[in-house]
Formats: sequence, C-alpha cells, structure tokens
Amino acid sequence: MSTLPASLADIVEDFTAVGPKDRLQLLLEMSQQLPPLPDRYAGHRESMEQVPECQTPLFLAVEVDDGGGVHLFFDAPPEAPTTRGFAGILREGLDGAGVEDVLAVPEDFYLGLGLGEAVSPLRLRGMAAMLARIKRQVRERDRQASSPR
Amino acid sequence: MPAPSSDTDAKLADYAHPARLVTTAWLAEHRDDPNLVVVESDEDVLLYDTGHIPGAVKVDWHLDLNDPVTRDYVDGEGFARVMSAKGISRDATVVIYGDKNNWWAAYALWVFSLFAHPDARLLDGGRAKWAGETRPMTTEVPSRPATDYPVVERDDTTIRAFRDQVLAHLGRPLIDVRSPGEFSGELLHMPDYPQEGAVRGGHIPGAANVPWARAAAEDGTFRPRAELEALYQGEAGLSPADDVVVYCRIGERSSHTWFVLTHLLGYEKVRNYDGSWTEWGNSVRLPIEKGAS
Repeated sequence: MSTLPASLADIVEDFTAVGPKDRLQLLLEMSQQLPPLPDRYAGHRESMEQVPECQTPLFLAVEVDDGGGVHLFFDAPPEAPTTRGFAGILREGLDGAGVEDVLAVPEDFYLGLGLGEAVSPLRLRGMAAMLARIKRQVRERDRQASSPR
Repeated sequence: MPAPSSDTDAKLADYAHPARLVTTAWLAEHRDDPNLVVVESDEDVLLYDTGHIPGAVKVDWHLDLNDPVTRDYVDGEGFARVMSAKGISRDATVVIYGDKNNWWAAYALWVFSLFAHPDARLLDGGRAKWAGETRPMTTEVPSRPATDYPVVERDDTTIRAFRDQVLAHLGRPLIDVRSPGEFSGELLHMPDYPQEGAVRGGHIPGAANVPWARAAAEDGTFRPRAELEALYQGEAGLSPADDVVVYCRIGERSSHTWFVLTHLLGYEKVRNYDGSWTEWGNSVRLPIEKGAS
C-alpha cells in the first residue's frame, strides 16, 4: 500500500514505533548523521538551491546518476538541528532511490512521522518544501539525461 | 531561601531594571546557586538537545507555552503544570537564554511575566555569547525534582494587548518591530519564513518601524542604555510616559522590544499585541497602511 522507498518506509516506521520524546531523539540522530558536503559543493552554495521555507537557511543539490539513481546533498548549519534532521531523513530515506520512486513519494509523507506533536506542525512545513524542491530538480535532471545529445 | 544576588555589572547598572538581566560571567559564577534555574528557550526545538548550559532545562515556546487549540497561551493550571514538571518553584530565580539574540528567550520571559513570575531574568547575549566564550555546555538533561508551582491566573490586562484594544489605540504610539519589507507591505512574511504569512502586506496605521534586532549589538547583547534611548526616543519619538503597543508577526520578536522598553528603558505602559500581523493583516476590514515609514 505504501509508495515509499524501502529506506524511507523504515525511517517512518522507526519514528512511529516510539513516543514523541524519543521521536525528537531520533530526529537529533538524523541531524547528526547528515554527511558533510563533498568538495564539489562545499563552499559553492551558488551551485545549490536554497529552501527559504525552512526556518534556517538550507541549501540542497540533486544529482541523478547514469543508472537513474537519485543523490541528495544538503547544507544546513549546526545551530539548526531541526532543519538538519529533516534533511537527514530525506537523505537517508531517498539517496540512491530511483527517479520514479522519488517522484512517487506522497507530498504529505512527513505527517506519518508523528512529529507534529513533538516539534509543532508549523516547523514541519520546511520538510514539505524540501521534498517539493527535490522532486522538481529530479524532474529537471531526468529530462536533461533523457534528451538526445 | 535567599534569592541569588543581582549582577552589578556596570553596563547593566545603567538600565532601568538591572535585576532583569545577568551577564555570562555572573551566570558562570551563580549557575549552581540553590534557588536558581537556568532555562533555555530557542526557536529550534532541538538546539537544547545538541548541548546546553549545564543544569539548564528546556522550555519550548510552542510545545510548553502555547495552547494548541485556542491560539492562546497556556492558562494558570497549564503554566503551573509546566513549571512543576520542569522543577521550577514560584520563588526560584529563573535565568532564561536562547538562540538568535534571545529572541525566543524574551518571548518566554514575557509569558512568564503574564503569570507574574517574581524573578525572571535574561542572560545578556544569550546562547551564542555563552557558547562563543567556550563556557561549559553539556547534553546531559538534568533531572530536577518536581515542584508544586501554584496556579496563578494569567494577567492579560497589563502587558498584553488584543485586537480590539489595538483598534481603540490607533493614534497613540505603536511600534512595528518587523523588517522594513514586511512593514512596507512588500513582503507578506519575514524574510526566509514564508509559511507564516498574511493575505495583506503593510502595517497598522500610525506604527513606527523599528526592527527588533536593532536593540542588539553584534554579539547579541543589548545595546547600552544611551544607544537604546537614541533609537526609541530619538529616532522613533517615544517617551517613557507613553502608552505603547508593540507587535510583529505572532508576538515573539515584539517580546524582545517589550523587554527593552519595559526593563531596560523603564517605560511603564508597554503592551505586546501577540495577535500581531498574522491576526491584523488577515482580519476583514481592519484598516492598514502600506509603504515605508
């Protein structure tokens, strides 16, 4: 029934298996696991897309490899752990997934994380914005990759 | 139990109510005082969990101080419940600090003031100053014994203003503390915060625009009294006897300005309109003005 890629479905399951307090702890772990930017993006924010809907500036970049796998890169400051946590969920849940799988993720999947109670619904909207921007970039990359040279 | 002493720092001594503020040096010395509780209140709900001043408890503006159903603050019973659970007693000295120039810390202090908590202070410079001075931080969450905080009725008449009161106040001093773009109507939201917008841009008629963060210096501490007077009395034309209403978007940035006018400059009648632009800007037929000041 679920249309979530397996890794994202696992994360949603982890979050829903625990109470609101532990969900915050999980979110903190996701924020800590967000990998640093590779050299080609570090210090090159102009090549990334800003997500102004997040409460703190967040930048993201999307790549689609030759095999059709989606790769995600995020940059958010350590003093914004909630935003980093949202990025961490998307990174761990979607990195490596296929184009179609990423595009099939429901826009409101984040409601299933049960974070509304733990971080307030207002703060969650950044997550929806990140996903929307990721999908738009995936569509663009995918179109570029399939257009004849 | 005797209350911890006040900070006698020279800059603080110039302010109208110096006992409402402490320096990082004072807190470093007093944070283990028996009747003192350090409270962290941030915009980012997880920031406390990444590390905080040892012994500090977290109070979240959204989860602890708001009633999620009525768009209001918690009532006396709710506040007593939160305070008791955090281990804060009515006679405790509470020192509040937070991120972003104490923006949300000032908001928490304003809510504590709605319940007339007798001794609530801000840490001048907030979290960034403490961390920048490489003072101790820990991820260990303290377990303070629960207290029996009394149920005190919230006083909405002294430092809080409602929509109809603001309507009746038009023509008297109003300070809009939002960014110039929000004030003029060019932006429907704070830069970078589009999710909390309004359907109309502009400001309440007659308001002067003094963005809240102008009260803070580079290091996040409050500017010295003379500079604050130049800003609010000189530039914005207020005087200490004025009946002033401050507002922003939901009342948090304006709590910071409320603190400055009330406790640093000694104004006696400053009310924070927490409905602010998300209520006024969205309300049918309420008058607004557009354009820069």
